[in-house]
Amino acid sequence: MSEKRLAGGREIVLPMSKAVEISFRSLKIRFGRSLITTSGVILAIAFLMSVWSSNAIVGSLRDVNKSEINLLLQKNGIETGLAESGEASAEAQARMLEEESKQTWLISLSLLVCVVGIANAMLMSVTERFREIGTMKCLGALDSFIVKLFLLESTFQGFAGTTAGIIIGFALTFLLALLDYGGYVLDYFPLNNIAESAGYALVVGTSLSLIGAMLPAYRAAKMEPVEAMRSDT
Amino acid sequence: MTETAEGAATAAPKEEKRTVVRTQQVKRVYKMGEIEVHALRGVDMEIYTGEYLSIMGPSGSGKSTFFNMVGGLDKPSEGKVYIDEVDVAQLDAYELAWLRCRKIGYIFQSFNLIPVMTALENVTLPMVFAGLTSDEARDKGMVLLGKVGLGERYSHKPNELSGGQQQRVAVARALANDPAVVLADEPTANLDLATGTEIIELLREMNRDSGVTIISATHDHKMLSVSDRVVWVKDGQVERVANREDLDIEVTHVEGE
Repeated sequence: MSEKRLAGGREIVLPMSKAVEISFRSLKIRFGRSLITTSGVILAIAFLMSVWSSNAIVGSLRDVNKSEINLLLQKNGIETGLAESGEASAEAQARMLEEESKQTWLISLSLLVCVVGIANAMLMSVTERFREIGTMKCLGALDSFIVKLFLLESTFQGFAGTTAGIIIGFALTFLLALLDYGGYVLDYFPLNNIAESAGYALVVGTSLSLIGAMLPAYRAAKMEPVEAMRSDT
Repeated sequence: MTETAEGAATAAPKEEKRTVVRTQQVKRVYKMGEIEVHALRGVDMEIYTGEYLSIMGPSGSGKSTFFNMVGGLDKPSEGKVYIDEVDVAQLDAYELAWLRCRKIGYIFQSFNLIPVMTALENVTLPMVFAGLTSDEARDKGMVLLGKVGLGERYSHKPNELSGGQQQRVAVARALANDPAVVLADEPTANLDLATGTEIIELLREMNRDSGVTIISATHDHKMLSVSDRVVWVKDGQVERVANREDLDIEVTHVEGE
């Protein structure tokens, strides 16, 4: 009996444009809060970007292998002349590897903290909006609409935060490198490497925001429409 | 509904009563740890198309549970609920959403407009879900806002509207997809006396104009005078059902005191 009745109407839909609009505005209206959540992403990505661009700049300077530059590099505690073979350089290489794994460890930790931060902020946002979510469900929203809205929101947030983080991380590193190595940085600027790093950072930051929002979005979607009726708070 | 003399007399203008919501021996048991709470103990009820029905009862009476049940928001532990002849328990999540989208309009105690949307967008959201194009939705939304007297304020956000105005928007939103039933959960509880009366009048007007069934849970005695029928719920059972004529007497009686 139910099938006969329900087959009559069209589907229930939430067009992507509408979803984008709603989630974008949800962010705007809670701008202060979004900013705090986003700042986690900004910091983590700024750190990531700063490590990557510093590696790229130093690497490109080292590859030049000019004595004046090598001197500057050594003054900043960086091994040079790796191209020349010998026992000393093997040792240096080992030290570099160790340094690298330390960096990876730090980056992973900061990114992990960032995901946890996003998840936490999104969970709060879900709890805060239980009535709004319940209302949407009363109006006929499917679980998938709610998931879509929250994931979009987090993705926007992540994208904006990541972009800011990339700019900040790069700018700081670039300024520091200018202080340390002067004009050489500009002469041997590893544009391709930096651009590539920025691209990776954008993907990493945005996907982390998406991952962090998954559990909260799922929880929001599972909320019962009757929650909308709750009159307290 | 059998065509008894009494039944025909109750709703004079309607020739034949069509049932829109029907409950059969509905029971609802909540488990709170070891204890079972019987919120509803077997309720049989028929609600007819086009009637204005109020459900009254103290808190803890099972009123809310019953209200949620007829609104497709809760499923019975035992018994059956039919909304527009559809057995609610048989529906999957998608069908339930469909039912809520098109067959039922909800009005809440605290208005529950989506804060990021304008009045018009709030009204058109259910239409968007129902697959209307944005032009169709806008036109229909403007008509509905006009009907509730807010045609000029379509671009206002909820926080720029008074409580009464927000509730008017909510009424328009509830009617967005021409539902069979509008469920109003204490629609006047957060409003002052005059505004509450206005909302009740508005609901009554909508009920007369478009023939939509209105089911409202309420403590508000102002509601009694406009209701076609009032159901009192107590201890998980329907204690009393009163028709309009009986109510008129009661209301005048109360006012006379």
